[in-house]
Amino acid sequence: MSEKKTSLAVAALQAGTVIDHIPSDALFRVAHILGIENMANGVTIGNNLPSSRGGKKGIIKVEGIEFDREVLNRIAVIAPTATVNIIRDYDVVSKHTVELPQTLIGTMRCPNPKCITNNEPMATRFDVANPDTPSFRCHYCNHTVAGADAEII
Amino acid sequence: MRNFVESNQESFPMNSHSLVAIDDLSRQDILAMLERARYFEQHPNSHLLDGRVVATLFFEPSTRTRLSFETAVNRLGGRVIGFSDASTSSTSKGETLKDTIKMVSNYADLIVMRHHLEGAAQYATEVTDIPIVNAGDGANQHPSQTLLDLYSLLKTQGTLDGLTITMVGDLKYGRTVHSLLMALRFFSPKFNFVSCPELRMPREYIDLCDKLGIEYHEYTDFSPEVINESDILYMTRVQRERFSDIMEYERVKNLYTLRRSMLADAKPTMKILHPLPRVNEISQDVDDDPRAYYFQQAGNGLFARQAIITNALGIDPLKS
Repeated sequence: MSEKKTSLAVAALQAGTVIDHIPSDALFRVAHILGIENMANGVTIGNNLPSSRGGKKGIIKVEGIEFDREVLNRIAVIAPTATVNIIRDYDVVSKHTVELPQTLIGTMRCPNPKCITNNEPMATRFDVANPDTPSFRCHYCNHTVAGADAEII
Repeated sequence: MRNFVESNQESFPMNSHSLVAIDDLSRQDILAMLERARYFEQHPNSHLLDGRVVATLFFEPSTRTRLSFETAVNRLGGRVIGFSDASTSSTSKGETLKDTIKMVSNYADLIVMRHHLEGAAQYATEVTDIPIVNAGDGANQHPSQTLLDLYSLLKTQGTLDGLTITMVGDLKYGRTVHSLLMALRFFSPKFNFVSCPELRMPREYIDLCDKLGIEYHEYTDFSPEVINESDILYMTRVQRERFSDIMEYERVKNLYTLRRSMLADAKPTMKILHPLPRVNEISQDVDDDPRAYYFQQAGNGLFARQAIITNALGIDPLKS
């Protein structure tokens, strides 16, 4: 599939959201965060497509929906390079990269089984340890977890 | 390791007098706390805690730490309630930590808690308004141990600045050496890290030393040269359960044992510290050397804990 065809397919959405530049190995987890399995909307998923930034990428188009910022922030944990395009009336009205929040509350599970958050009915909390990789530090037990390995709740 | 990135604490109800981790203390905080410890060493008995109730909640047993905290409260004239084992509390009936802390908060002015789960003390500070002192949360934090270590350094060397500290043994899992390193980052130390490759100081602490320009050297040999340049030898126990390969444990278990003969040319002012309990990493013949300090070090825990308790309750002994 050429770059041109991918672009045409994006432009063909009447209204909805296109999430582009998803790392190929994160695509299906991103789809899971978006809740696409249980959605009646039209969905197009492409993966291992050539990326203009080099390498391969995944893309997800969902018709007739604009996702909450909170949902998109969760995507930033595992796919920090992803871009979000909002389409209205065939036009891209907004295009931006997902934003990594400084603090993530109730977003992902702590990998440390001895962490208090895995043993009490409470929300997890992570602070960004390294925004570049990205990696996160548990506010409670101080374990760090790479975004790529994060188990999103 | 905490607080590399400033977190937005203000969104949580923090009670500012709590002590959860040594990293929460600045250089000034540490020095002020040690000044208090010095005061309590000179004035161990007082009525500063008259009418106060301190709860010691030990969800996992730790007789040494509990007795030290309870002695500290008693010598300050306060009263102690609590439990020494979770099996005697409602935790055994399935009560959450949050509920236990909220219930005890109705009775006590301060909670000293030890828990096997990491982050338990931090969480406790978020569910109550009364101060929490962390007396150990799993493998995570144990700030009163670090303060008594620092007090031992200050007392024996006269300063915390510019000391050469040699850490020996289990530098990978030993939380005491990690916390001590974090606290000393304010005081221009020089570190020698002596361990087998399996138990090296973790990357994040090495990176921190690099970032802060702290001088350090890593050794696999526990040699007289390293001992001779040290102001402090901080020994730790190499535990069998840390090794996936038992043969490897058998190979290294005696490589990091301190014997009296190794101290022949050590500085006369050098002191040997150990968080205890000791097994065989310090041979018994070292106990009679004037540089052996581990038993006095444990004794300093009382003064460090009196300092922590009064600070948590907002009582300044130097002004009262």
